[in-house]
Amino acid sequence: MIQLFLRDVGLSVRSGGGFGLALIFFLIVVTLIPFALGPDQSALAVIAPGVLWLGALLACLLSLDRIFGLDFEDGTLDLLATSPLPLEAVYVAKASAHWLTTGLPLSLAAPVLGVLLNLDYETGKILCLSLLLGTPALSLIGAFGASLTLGVKRGGLLLSLLVLPLYVPSLIFGSQAVRLVGQGLEFDVALILLSAISLGAAAILPFASGAALRINLR
Amino acid sequence: MNSKPIAPTLWDRFWRLANPKTFMGWSSRVLPWIAAAAAASLCSGLIWGYFFTPDDMRQGSTVKIIYLHVPAALMAINGYLLMFVGALVWLIRRQHVSVLAAKAAAPVGMVMTLIALATGAIWGQPMWGTYWVWDPRLTSFLILFLFYVGYIALWSAIEDEDTAADLTSVLAIVGAVFAMLSRYAVLFWNQGLHQGTTVTMADGAKQENISDVFFQPLLLSMAGFSLLFLTLLLIGTRTEVRSRRLKVLQERERIE
Amino acid sequence: MLQVSNLSVARGGMTLLCGVDFSLSAGQVLVLRGANGLGKTTLLRCISGLQDSVEGQITAPETVAYSGHADGLKGQMTVLENLVFWASIYHGPSPNVALDAYNLHRLADRPAANLSAGQKRRLGLARLQVSGCALWVMDEPTVSLDVHNVALFRAALNQHVQSGGAAVITTHIDLEHASARVLDLTRFKARGVASSSAFEEALE
Repeated sequence: MIQLFLRDVGLSVRSGGGFGLALIFFLIVVTLIPFALGPDQSALAVIAPGVLWLGALLACLLSLDRIFGLDFEDGTLDLLATSPLPLEAVYVAKASAHWLTTGLPLSLAAPVLGVLLNLDYETGKILCLSLLLGTPALSLIGAFGASLTLGVKRGGLLLSLLVLPLYVPSLIFGSQAVRLVGQGLEFDVALILLSAISLGAAAILPFASGAALRINLR
Repeated sequence: MNSKPIAPTLWDRFWRLANPKTFMGWSSRVLPWIAAAAAASLCSGLIWGYFFTPDDMRQGSTVKIIYLHVPAALMAINGYLLMFVGALVWLIRRQHVSVLAAKAAAPVGMVMTLIALATGAIWGQPMWGTYWVWDPRLTSFLILFLFYVGYIALWSAIEDEDTAADLTSVLAIVGAVFAMLSRYAVLFWNQGLHQGTTVTMADGAKQENISDVFFQPLLLSMAGFSLLFLTLLLIGTRTEVRSRRLKVLQERERIE
Repeated sequence: MLQVSNLSVARGGMTLLCGVDFSLSAGQVLVLRGANGLGKTTLLRCISGLQDSVEGQITAPETVAYSGHADGLKGQMTVLENLVFWASIYHGPSPNVALDAYNLHRLADRPAANLSAGQKRRLGLARLQVSGCALWVMDEPTVSLDVHNVALFRAALNQHVQSGGAAVITTHIDLEHASARVLDLTRFKARGVASSSAFEEALE
């Protein structure tokens, strides 16, 4: 399982498909926001937490279909399914690799990009923390969606359609935490609930995803 | 399933109802009755509600949209619940009819969600001064609508019927968990404008929120909507069973 | 090692083969023959556990080494890295023997994307050796191999069988293998039976 994780991380760093692309997409989204909403500094600071969360979430979406799609096409997934490794472990390894190559860099980049949107340092710290706690859920849910749409040709759009509603709770708690800290209010509850979703997803989704993969490989 | 030498228990008989052939038999017999009951209770409930109840002192006649709004909302939620149960039964017992019922429930539930949203908006305009507010309850229904759309889209995207049944069932179950989660997340996000639940079955709350004059026709139209839902569900499931039979016949023709 | 009794397999709602019976013990090779579309691939996928059979029983080791039409190689990784990866997934032996067997030492550091079709196939077959599994289930393993490479494959297969392994193979070429039995699947062909029996009543 660790070997699979390392292989996936290695592959996505080498091929440059998901790794850099998600970050650049995030940067572009953040660049476009002031063009859409005007350059007013104080207005930007107000919407920054939500925009950064949404941007990270959309950037996460980009590379989802690659999680299983590439291995499905070249037959690797068939071979993994017949190997001693259970498909649940394959899912966990791949979702973790996706998080390490997209969720983690996005979380670290968010406060830096926050500078562009007039986000102050303290809020930026909490933004980074909330993304670190919340993006694992995004990768886990996304990988689950990818396992559902595996057999669908050009299923990218369908994948987004299925996954985005599932992202709602994470988005709500994550951006709420950052907004609360901006208003000087208590934010721990939001962060705790955000982590709870990530942990819950890690507990339940491997089984759902393993089942979906088995069904798709039949 | 192997036939057992012992007499069939009630449990076995219950599951036999879900055999496609038995299902087509009993559903064709009960369908006219349920449809008639649905029409009768819907007409009487709505006519009673719209023409024979007094205007509310604060809300005027706009309150009467409640006779569409509340039952539709109820069916929207129950529709998803039914999909969840149908999916679960399919995954555990491999009863084709149950997953086809779940498939048939989705469009009906989706339309019910739309009716609840639309009537809510129409009612909200005079009451809150705007068609749409990001109130927890409205937002939850919008999210519920998205879940319905996703479920239906996945069904139509997968060609092999049994694979589609399996995958949509997995989605329906995971979706149900996340729909509940979204419901509470949305509450946390915005304590909204929407009034508390109008209809509570606890007797104390009933007296406080709504008087009997409005309540009796509401109950009738809720029953009407439930029966309408059941009618549409049975028709939809029968159509799905027929379309599966058709596929078997076509397949047979292809090889002979 | 492998026992298949009264097995029916289906693809896309159609039963392809029914009543398939055979057994295979250690040190044996079974070659499956039959026309295209008969269900050879489906049968192999059932044996390796990728797919459920419609009816009947399969008794097989817990893990088998399956090799399908696609080799499951990663183009960005080198030949050696590909093998090391699979060896670690299966907890199998070191890749050196496999590199020897298929004459891949010279290519060990080449990215798999730069290999020719025959070289890729050799690498795909070498993967079976690093799996350390006793039973190999192979679907058309000799496709895109030339005479010389088929000889390499035959030698590797011999070696595997002599050390107590077994293999089920679909192939069109003659393997010239002493312990190879040939099973023609044509006699198990199902005559047009839809497998989704739940809606069979439509036919009455």
